[in-house]
Amino acid sequence: MNWLGSGTDRTGKLAWIAALAILVLAPFLGIYPLFIAQALCFAIFAIAFNLLLGYTGLLSFGHAAFFGGAAYVTAWLVHAQHWTPELALLAGVLAAAAMGLVVGLIAIRRQGIYFAMITLALAQMLFFFFLQAPFTGGEDGIQGIARGKLFGVLSLEGDLALYFFVLVIFVAVFLFALRVVHSPYGQVLKAIRENEPRAVSLGYNVDRYKLLAFVLSAALAGLGGALKTLVLHLATLQDVRWEQSGEVILMTLLGGLGTFAGPVVGAFLVVGLQNYLSDRAGSWTGVIIGVIFVLCVVAFRKGIVGELLAWQKRRKAG
Amino acid sequence: MQALFGQLLIGLINGAFYAMLSLGLAVIFGLLNIINFTHGAQYMMGAFCAWFLLNKAGVGYWWALLLAPIIVGAIGIVIERTMLARLYKLDHLYGLLLTFGLALIIQGVFRNEFGSSGLPYQIPSELTGGMNLGFMFLPIYRGWVIVASLVLCFSTWYVIERTKLGSYLRAATENPTLVQAFGVNVPLMVTLTYAAGAALAGLAGVLAAPVIQVTPLMGSNLIIVVFAVVVIGGMGSIIGSIVTGLVLGLLEGLTRVFYPEASNIVVFVIMAVVLMIRPAGLFGKEK
Repeated sequence: MNWLGSGTDRTGKLAWIAALAILVLAPFLGIYPLFIAQALCFAIFAIAFNLLLGYTGLLSFGHAAFFGGAAYVTAWLVHAQHWTPELALLAGVLAAAAMGLVVGLIAIRRQGIYFAMITLALAQMLFFFFLQAPFTGGEDGIQGIARGKLFGVLSLEGDLALYFFVLVIFVAVFLFALRVVHSPYGQVLKAIRENEPRAVSLGYNVDRYKLLAFVLSAALAGLGGALKTLVLHLATLQDVRWEQSGEVILMTLLGGLGTFAGPVVGAFLVVGLQNYLSDRAGSWTGVIIGVIFVLCVVAFRKGIVGELLAWQKRRKAG
Repeated sequence: MQALFGQLLIGLINGAFYAMLSLGLAVIFGLLNIINFTHGAQYMMGAFCAWFLLNKAGVGYWWALLLAPIIVGAIGIVIERTMLARLYKLDHLYGLLLTFGLALIIQGVFRNEFGSSGLPYQIPSELTGGMNLGFMFLPIYRGWVIVASLVLCFSTWYVIERTKLGSYLRAATENPTLVQAFGVNVPLMVTLTYAAGAALAGLAGVLAAPVIQVTPLMGSNLIIVVFAVVVIGGMGSIIGSIVTGLVLGLLEGLTRVFYPEASNIVVFVIMAVVLMIRPAGLFGKEK
């Protein structure tokens, strides 16, 4: 049983409940809640990305545009327009979905390596848009954002309240992704990943499926970015840069492509590593991240969870 | 009028760099099926090589034009032999990811050593000054960059399309196994092709050094524009990528005159339009 992979059998459920219990208890065990909240935002981002690369086989090199774009929209609505956080989040997600629709419509006209290059180029275009647009604050970004009150009632200013808000959304996203992958729709996506011409010959409108997957992924990536804005009180250019698109690829790859636990594990590792290194290695952090990236591609393509699954399988067989 | 011609000149120079870099990408892609994300970093390394040679070893511009590509190409051989060669049997996307990681490493190292500010590189004394063309003033060095890059592009085209070596290369692109069966050492050819592509990027870097400031990040944004250029041109033809590069540079220059806010994104907008009308690119062949 690949419980890490599917998460639907009994051991899988137990493992996930244990993980959830740890996440619920974590703030009371002396772990800084904002750190985990930030990691959870990136985990949502990585789950969104994995939905596209891991289950549909589309490598987007421009996902930062949706992550950071939604962050800007939410930040601006909360900061300048004084919207309540849940409405601003929703608007951010919708904006990301709209961007995803446009980018997706253009990018799915080519496949494979071209798809990656096109998404990268379009994301760079959006980067310049956000750099120059009047509402984003240019190089400074939008800073000092108040988190506001959920539904106008429940204040999110306390770190603990915010943490549980993020955790609830994370669990919802996780279950949603699980549902999507195991639905008939998800099966068609996997068929497209494995053999696109065959999916076409079976009568599936492959472009529609791919486009919907792209929009879904963009929207979820946007949710991660918009949440991160609330966690860190800011939205910056950093979130829309191409380096950020690379980072989410690394998270997914390091954790394990096409597995459920992979992106989450990868996000926690990369965010944790960055926090750990920023004090000790300073500007060398980027180089170290690059080295891990290269090692993953050359020698460790299954990722941590993928290797665990393979080990489990071998043990069962032998 | 002066401003227009000035911007067109800058556009033409940018276009020359687009052409050189997309050419190198196309050559590498043709044989290795890998999109070389490290290309921007290799271009940057070429410029830094020139800077090092001049400021640390006292070696001038003309020698740098020869030595820097050799150094960058040699590093390319190491990269190809130790890392890229392990990926040929896998999905092409892994090649893109690997070279992306390498670009992060190389740029990160240079950034730590030199910061983000630019290092100036002297224009060689033979090419200083300028001439008055009547309608505009042309700095000699800029004219030299355009001529040199055109010569470079067309000699690459000549080697690939008109020589025996080029015919092997084209044959190996179509069917490597068969070419190997005829006794051609294909793995060696693959390695040398990657080195040549990297060297081309390094050479472009040397040419660029006196025009722009030498900075660790000079290649990182450029490479994304070059990707867009490659998508617009399609990678089917060498001439196609040269023409596309030059024309897009010019269009960018024109945009800078008439609507400067859009000059950063005009290439990407053109890419989107081309994809809607001709998904395979202007010179690409539909598979």
